[in-house]
Amino acid sequence: MEIQKYWKTNIKVMVTLLTIWATVSFGCSILFVEKLNTFTIGGFPVGFWFAQQGAIYVFVILIFAYFFIMEKVDRDHEVND
Amino acid sequence: MSILDWTYIMVGVTFSLYLSIAWISRVKTTKGFYVAGGGVSPLANGMATAADWMSAASFISMAGLISFMGYTGSIYLLGWTGGYVLLALMLAPYLRKFGKFTVPDFVGDRYYSNAARFIALLCAIFVSFTYVAGQMRGVGIVFSRFLEVDVNTGVLIGMAIVFFYASLGGMKGITYTQVAQYSVLIIAYLIPAVAISAKITGTAIPQLGFGATIADGPHGGQYLLTTLNQLNTDLGFAAYTKPFAEGGKSMLDVFCITAALMVGTAGLPHVIVRFYTVPSVRGARLSAGFALLFIAILYTAAPAIASFARYNMINSISEVEYRAAPTWFTSWEKTGLLAWVDKNHDGVINYSAGPAFLGTPEFTGETGSHGQLIVANTLSESDNELYIDRDIMVLANPEIAGLPNWVIALVAAGGLAAALSTASGLLLVISSSISHDLYYRLINRNASEKQRLLVGRVMIGIAVSVAGYFGIHPPGFVAQVVAFAFGLAASSFFPVIVLGIFSKRTTKEGAIAGMVSGILFTTIYIINIKFFAGNPWLLGISAEGIGAVGMLINFGVTLLVTRFTKPPPADVQQMVDTIRYPRGAGASINH
Repeated sequence: MEIQKYWKTNIKVMVTLLTIWATVSFGCSILFVEKLNTFTIGGFPVGFWFAQQGAIYVFVILIFAYFFIMEKVDRDHEVND
Repeated sequence: MSILDWTYIMVGVTFSLYLSIAWISRVKTTKGFYVAGGGVSPLANGMATAADWMSAASFISMAGLISFMGYTGSIYLLGWTGGYVLLALMLAPYLRKFGKFTVPDFVGDRYYSNAARFIALLCAIFVSFTYVAGQMRGVGIVFSRFLEVDVNTGVLIGMAIVFFYASLGGMKGITYTQVAQYSVLIIAYLIPAVAISAKITGTAIPQLGFGATIADGPHGGQYLLTTLNQLNTDLGFAAYTKPFAEGGKSMLDVFCITAALMVGTAGLPHVIVRFYTVPSVRGARLSAGFALLFIAILYTAAPAIASFARYNMINSISEVEYRAAPTWFTSWEKTGLLAWVDKNHDGVINYSAGPAFLGTPEFTGETGSHGQLIVANTLSESDNELYIDRDIMVLANPEIAGLPNWVIALVAAGGLAAALSTASGLLLVISSSISHDLYYRLINRNASEKQRLLVGRVMIGIAVSVAGYFGIHPPGFVAQVVAFAFGLAASSFFPVIVLGIFSKRTTKEGAIAGMVSGILFTTIYIINIKFFAGNPWLLGISAEGIGAVGMLINFGVTLLVTRFTKPPPADVQQMVDTIRYPRGAGASINH
């Protein structure tokens, strides 16, 4: 059924994006922050940069990515108005 | 012109703007009152959501907190932005397709149960009241500090303004005033940030400036963050960028607090309802993106401001003679947010780790040999001589950086915009929970449009009065219950809404058992710590982070009970299918 295929694709997109979300926030900013802090970009220790800047930029990109990917998925499955 | 004159002009102009917008967008239908007729553009809704979300705490307190916490301050930055990803991917599009007025509406319909609806509505009211009392207090404090009126008069003026535009325009009035309020608050936040960044690092973009080198002075040519680490360590604090320092929060605690704030954000009713106001599912997805973009502009500038403020503060007052201290130091001393005790009688401000004395300053009214205000507090063991309230960092920043008076006035108007926009969004949730979920859905199913609108408006009046009362007589426990708002939202709404959408099989018994056990566990844990000074017995997780565990309990119990109960009726399962499918969102509003 079309709707089930559509729903499966949607879940796949969502899980992929949420994996990136968890990696930058809980991964880079908390669990691996000390390891990443041994590297620097300019004046920023990398882990610290993720926790106070980078993760937030990635969050914004993820939401817009979801919007654009779903635009295409909606069109392919002809489910939008 | 003086700061006071400028403040009157800024506040006068912005307030007249809000009131005119409210008058233009007044409404006559319940659909207009609760969800702005479902016709708000994604861009406007994004701005309104950002203003709704960023409260007096985000605007005034957050950068100051980070400035003292260093790396650990990331819990607020990550927690209060990361939740929007969950909201955008897991909740907003589906709730928009569902297309009713409130969060309890969804819980009640999806779980075919008025008991579930009632639990959800109690949670919505409790969470919103916890939050709104703090906003009214914020309005009062900004008024008293910048307009030299009494805090209580400030609260009353704030109440009158919010009541006027919330009751007249409902969600529609609130939405368009929030768009204006977002513009005011973001300009007010960024102008000082840019000016200070340029001054310290020579880079006008604060987000880059705080990773750059210091332009001149004793630390010229050194990276700002390296310098801060060094200054902090010299004074006995943990290095600024160091995570999980001794005596600070553990990795597990930082993890849990971040998770609780994220999930709590995604479950806050005043944020969720904003997504009912856009015309389509696409609109909900897009508008979540705009909302986080607008929030991120402030949230990425905040940690930069925090580090500039820390550097400025240490540099301009540490080891400086009190008599030679900058003028802002003495003017903030008068407000009681700053105090100095000359423990070693050398006339120099010795700042180091540890409290200077117990509690907040209580001035005796006498002045010491250097002109400082004497405090009656019991001194602590540490060598630190300086008491400094974290809220000063944002409010005094323009003064510390020597910016013109109109900028200082603009910051006052920005603080008011942040507090008023959040307060109005919360009041609408309280009003709709009672007038729609309780009165219309549970008590009088035959109420006419006119009756329901009237009840909605009266409820806003009552809610404003209660919020104002708590603003004027802040109960001692306000600070303690803030952890509740996020803990409860995380442990009650988030799991049942997510399962309601993604698992058709989830039953009403499961959802009710899950909500009740999540809420009970979280509440008991928080009360034990906050009111009975109990130990954080679960692996040292603090009250702020326990909502994450409460959420897991809710998920676990819901899934378990669902396995042993009868599947939901066919029409409910069909409704879940409809929610998953974007077509027909415009027509689906049916109440």
